[in-house]
Amino acid sequence: MWSLINSFLSPKKFFFLTRQLQPWLQALFIFTFSYGIIGGLILAPADNIQGDGFRIIYIHVPCAFLSLFIYGVMALAALGFLVFRLKLAPLIIRESITLGAGFTFLALLTGSLWGKPMWGTWWIWDARLTSELILFFLYLGIYLFQSALADKQKNERVLAILILIGFIDIPIIHYSVYWWNTLHQGSSLNIFAPSTIDKSMLYPLLAMIVAFLLYYAIILFSRIHYELIARRVNFHWLKEQK
Amino acid sequence: MMTLLQQFFSMGGYGFYVWSAYACVLTFLFLQWGLTVRRWQRFYKQNEPLNE
Repeated sequence: MWSLINSFLSPKKFFFLTRQLQPWLQALFIFTFSYGIIGGLILAPADNIQGDGFRIIYIHVPCAFLSLFIYGVMALAALGFLVFRLKLAPLIIRESITLGAGFTFLALLTGSLWGKPMWGTWWIWDARLTSELILFFLYLGIYLFQSALADKQKNERVLAILILIGFIDIPIIHYSVYWWNTLHQGSSLNIFAPSTIDKSMLYPLLAMIVAFLLYYAIILFSRIHYELIARRVNFHWLKEQK
Repeated sequence: MMTLLQQFFSMGGYGFYVWSAYACVLTFLFLQWGLTVRRWQRFYKQNEPLNE
């Protein structure tokens, strides 16, 4: 069973599998993103209290979700590298860092743009915001650490350990609105319970979250392909059909 | 029609915040995609025999 999984995680098999998936992912992204944007900006009714200002939710929540998701992917890759020596793991980590940092920054920025009209402030040292800011610093630290160390093999191992240590911030961010008395609202989306927002607002939000996930997959796969083909000089893979 | 468009862009008075947020996110998405595409374009330009 493990040898089957491992064979799919081989760089070559990964390259050919994801290369076939790319057009489908791109088509699905265009569909979900279009629906999310149109649904969020036009179809969803204005909020009773926040008016049209609430429409920032359609980009703020996906960015925040991606910031946590990408770190989770990096942590999983780190674990895979340390325990199973997966060859793709360092690539997944390296190509995810800038995306994760970007989405974390955008979550903070869009949150500020939402907070100013609603809370009357651009920033507050609230549990959710502070832990998200710490996540941003974690991403920056990982990026700088990766760039600084010269010894590649040692670099990858130390980086993986660093990522796993930083993973403690992820559940803190998620549960911060329950553990502490925060200004930030609680979760609107629940996996095990009905959502607290109306379906007309919910469906475009879910579509945008899916669109952002697809976007991450598309960009990540494209970058890993580049790394495998261009840097690792596997030009012949481009001509092979599998 | 113009009134509808005006209402849409004003977003109930929150237009600056909403459109700034969307602009930042869309710019980031476009940039990340553009950088990735440009990397590949440069690669193909430097390795033209691969296109044959």
